[in-house]
Amino acid sequence: MSVVQTIPINWYILLSAVLFTIGVLGVLFRRNAIIIFMSVELMLNAINLLLVAFSTYLSDSKGQVFVFFIMAVAAAEVAVGLAILMSVYRNSKSTDINTLNKLKW
Amino acid sequence: MITLLLIFFPLAASLLLLLVKGEQVKKIALAAAVVEFAIALFAITQYQHNALTQFEINLPWIQSLGINFHVGIDGISLLMVLLTTFLVPVIILTSFKNEYKNPSAFYSLILAMQMALIGVFVSLDGFLFYVFWELALIPIYFICLLWGGEDRARITFKFFVYTLAGSLLMLAGLIYLYQHTATHTFDIAALYAAGQSMDMVHQGYVFWAMFMAFAIKMPIFPFHTWQPDTYTTSPTQGTMLLSGIMLKMGTYGVIRWLLPIAPLGVAHWGTVAIILSVTGIVYASCIAIVQKDFKRLIAYSSIAHVGLIAAGILAGNEQGVQGGMIQMLSHGVNVVGLFFIVDIIQRRTGTREIAVLGGIRNVNPQFAVLFLIVLLGSVALPLTNGFVGEFLLLNGVYQFNAWIAAFAGLSVILGAVYMLRSYQSIMLGETNALTSGFAPLSTSEKTVLIILCAAIIVFGVFPKPLLDIAAPSVKHLVESFQMAITK
Amino acid sequence: MIKLVGLIPLLPLIGFLIIGLFGKKLSKGIVGFIGSGVVLAAFAIAVGIFIELNGQAVKSVPVEFFDWITAGKLSVHFSFLIDPLSSLFLLIITGIGFLIHLYSVSYMHDDEGFSRFFAYLNLFIFFMLLLVLGSNYLIMFVGWEGVGLCSYLLIGFWFKNTAYNNAAKKAFVMNRIGDLGFLLGIILIFVTFGSISYHEVFEQAKNYATGTPVLTTITLLLFVGAMGKSAQLPLYTWLPDAMAGPTPVSALIHAATMVTAGIYMIARSNILYTLSPFTMEVVAVIGVCTALFAATIGLVQNDIKKVLAYSTVSQLGYMFLALGVGAYTGGVFHVMTHAFFKALLFLGAGSVIHAMGGEQDIRKMGGLKKYIPITHATFLMGTLAIVGFPGFSGFFSKDEILANAYEHSIVLWFLGVLTAGMTSFYMFRLYFLTFRNTFRGTHAQEHHLHESPSQMTIPLIILAVLSVVGGLIGIPEVFGGHHYLEAFLKPVFEDSSFRLIHHLPESTELILMGVAVAVMLCGLAYARKMYITDKQVPAAEGEEESAIHKLVYNKYWVDEIYDFLITKPLNFIGDALHKVVDNELIDGIVNGCGYVVNGVSGVIRRAQTGNIGFYVFVMVISIVLILFAQLF
Repeated sequence: MSVVQTIPINWYILLSAVLFTIGVLGVLFRRNAIIIFMSVELMLNAINLLLVAFSTYLSDSKGQVFVFFIMAVAAAEVAVGLAILMSVYRNSKSTDINTLNKLKW
Repeated sequence: MITLLLIFFPLAASLLLLLVKGEQVKKIALAAAVVEFAIALFAITQYQHNALTQFEINLPWIQSLGINFHVGIDGISLLMVLLTTFLVPVIILTSFKNEYKNPSAFYSLILAMQMALIGVFVSLDGFLFYVFWELALIPIYFICLLWGGEDRARITFKFFVYTLAGSLLMLAGLIYLYQHTATHTFDIAALYAAGQSMDMVHQGYVFWAMFMAFAIKMPIFPFHTWQPDTYTTSPTQGTMLLSGIMLKMGTYGVIRWLLPIAPLGVAHWGTVAIILSVTGIVYASCIAIVQKDFKRLIAYSSIAHVGLIAAGILAGNEQGVQGGMIQMLSHGVNVVGLFFIVDIIQRRTGTREIAVLGGIRNVNPQFAVLFLIVLLGSVALPLTNGFVGEFLLLNGVYQFNAWIAAFAGLSVILGAVYMLRSYQSIMLGETNALTSGFAPLSTSEKTVLIILCAAIIVFGVFPKPLLDIAAPSVKHLVESFQMAITK
Repeated sequence: MIKLVGLIPLLPLIGFLIIGLFGKKLSKGIVGFIGSGVVLAAFAIAVGIFIELNGQAVKSVPVEFFDWITAGKLSVHFSFLIDPLSSLFLLIITGIGFLIHLYSVSYMHDDEGFSRFFAYLNLFIFFMLLLVLGSNYLIMFVGWEGVGLCSYLLIGFWFKNTAYNNAAKKAFVMNRIGDLGFLLGIILIFVTFGSISYHEVFEQAKNYATGTPVLTTITLLLFVGAMGKSAQLPLYTWLPDAMAGPTPVSALIHAATMVTAGIYMIARSNILYTLSPFTMEVVAVIGVCTALFAATIGLVQNDIKKVLAYSTVSQLGYMFLALGVGAYTGGVFHVMTHAFFKALLFLGAGSVIHAMGGEQDIRKMGGLKKYIPITHATFLMGTLAIVGFPGFSGFFSKDEILANAYEHSIVLWFLGVLTAGMTSFYMFRLYFLTFRNTFRGTHAQEHHLHESPSQMTIPLIILAVLSVVGGLIGIPEVFGGHHYLEAFLKPVFEDSSFRLIHHLPESTELILMGVAVAVMLCGLAYARKMYITDKQVPAAEGEEESAIHKLVYNKYWVDEIYDFLITKPLNFIGDALHKVVDNELIDGIVNGCGYVVNGVSGVIRRAQTGNIGFYVFVMVISIVLILFAQLF
């Protein structure tokens, strides 16, 4: 029984579901691209949390490997995403996604 | 080894050419193509006259999907390889008088094309075949797009999409077959077995999926409308590659893939396909009669010729398939000759319009004689190469159905009409302002035409060596086909 | 000698190659020497073979060269067959061919295409020899199409002239129509008998019952080929136009040899025809109709070569009549005598044209007898031979045909005799208008008139002699003679003859002969009355004529009808297919696919609003929906 396992699995699931939902709602309702980014990260971390929890409970380290994998990808993605945002901001002086609708049709 | 050499030597040469600049490009390209031809000739000397696949190489490629780099040569493949390796140096030689911009890219693409064509003709793996099939499209697309005539962007786009649509169907057919193989492999033997194990209805699906691809490539009526435009617009060498060799990918595909894989499909749907082919013969001949542009006329005549080849092959008997084999070679030689003649005339007079030319014979009798020989080969006069194939093909179709053969035979008459009409209008009569300055043939032009004319006559009188090369494989193929449909 | 048979076609081929490749560099003398020499050498070998064949018991000798085409059980050998029929044709082709070569050396001497002419002629001889020598139908077909090619080249010999080129093209295309039939016939022979070599086909055919449908089909298809090559109704119109070629060509190709290929082919396949009575009827009827039809046109033509051309068509019709009634020997006999006298007449006409400086209109001739006596004498011999004047060669061959026709049907005989009368009229009309009365041409022409050089007159004399005595090898038994030709050709027609055995009573045969001669004399007398006694001259162009005369003079407008029925519709169809079906219909469908894709995407792309919030919203909603779909 590790420390983690002293808390029942349901709580982890609940917590990550809440975090994930917050992230989804953040992406849906916020207009600021930075906030949206953060929301996306939140969702990823909710998943990470879940993966860690499950891997501990099931004593299978694969889940944790996955977490590292996701963290690495998320970092790379953020780097690219923020870079794009920077250049967008330089051009339009705004990070409001409602003004960023040039890419259509 | 020979097979690998045949495939990768042109590729190496093609890459090498990209590094070369200046005047040397043509000569290096020609030298490479001649070496390739020598390799093919060497392969012929090594070839055993039996139905077995020879020079076989089977390397694992994408093993998880059962895809192997499986190539090999039997009599049918060998003839096609011979055709390709013979025509490519000739085609390169025809360009010696043309000054193309960016020549290293041009010749590099031609050699790349050769590599893909050889690949198509020696592949013994469905996936590999498909890869080479598509690969062949890319060089010719750029050749037409970059060095073509007016309106080339629209026409090459149409050509590309047209053939791609066909290829897609073929891919679907191949995957469908793949699903039915016992061990999930694309190997040709497994695909044959998978196809033959299906019932007639399912073979019918496979038949149409693959036939469409081949029909568009050949092209067969009514899938031909990309062809006249593309042939007319492409640079002469592109047209030659398309009509002389690439078109044979379709007919070869029917022989190598369609007949063995879907014998029942062919037996059931073959009549429709043959009727389409034969309709195309008369249809294209009628249109050729009223063409004003000589290049376009030859493009239509090519539809007529290939229609007969397709009909003969689909008839599925030995005469038909052998006729198809020999006619593929003959047509390659003749059509390259005809397009070269168009090129010679156009470069000297600046026009291809039949009506405004005339009297070239008075100025250049030598050219007139060579033109006449090529023309006679094209109208299948006995003792020219065209006759051997045409006789066998008509014979094959006749055994399938006498009336269809009689209808197909109209090409004998109509071919004479449009060819003689244009010959008369271009070459005979009084010389006019356009043609009076018709310059004598240059050495390279003379060489090409003499080589082609020699091939036309020699293989009209002694077609036996060529027939013998393909005979065992064809016999085997036809026998298994007949056995499958009578079972 | 028979072993040397390969040389017979090879020699002219070599001649063709030498002259064709180096002709420009050689002098005319050498070209003429090579051109005629190879044919003479071939003739010498042919004579040797003829003698050897006569002396030996085996009458059919195959000579193999190499395998030409093989595919499955189809195996075509390049091989020759020497038998009485082919050796007889060898003699005709090389013999008359040599005389005409000799004649041409002088006739074509001033033409700039001299060497080209001899190259073509040699090539023609080569193909014609292949045609008669081949031991299977495909080799015959090689020669068949090859002579068609040479005919094309020689009709359009003066290639700057559009009308000549059109005539050449017409000849080639019309021949090709026949050739298609021939080719299909060959294929059907292969399909039926599994072989196309004469020997095997005929051996098997013997076992078929008379009137077997497949044999009828085969023979009809082959006959289509013969119609094209031998200018029978309805494919005859190319032959009169073919007179555009130089006159020696008309003599050699369009009278003596090539056009008789159809007769050779049927005589060769006699067993197939004998077993197909229906085809025989068709052959006989088409033959006699052609004979009559062409003769009526010949009555009013004013061009010396055109008259002879229609007479050729008519005589060819006679030969087919002979074949159709089963008189194979008669047909071949007439081929031979016709080769003599028609070559003679054409060469004579050539000599006249030569003397007249290119003039061919007989209305502008007349009285030439005293200017060109040798031509006149030989031409007269030819005329007497063709009309069947008793004792001349044409008499015997024509008589044999008519006798056989009578036996078959009196209608055929009657039409044959009627044709004979017309032949007599138009030939004497030609003769009288050309050689009798006074000269009607210009003064300059009269001054120019001269007898041709000996190179031209010697062939004329030889041919005249042959025209007179050529009939002696086929004297009917009525006259107590021995029909040498029949005996000679017996092995070839053996299998047919016992099926078609017949002999008229001698008295009937004599009566028939009498009638034919009487009709012939009537024609002669009428022509004499019109053109000698009344000194009539045919009206010039554009003068008032009766409707019938106009109809016949314009050759029944057959060319115009063909143009209207075939050429114009073909062009129209081609145009329609190109502009409507190809460009509108098929391309419409193809491009239509493109338009549809364009249109649909034009609508769908509106969904791409560019609003990221909207995209995300749609995404989330979709995920939720998918989840629900998965869970419930």
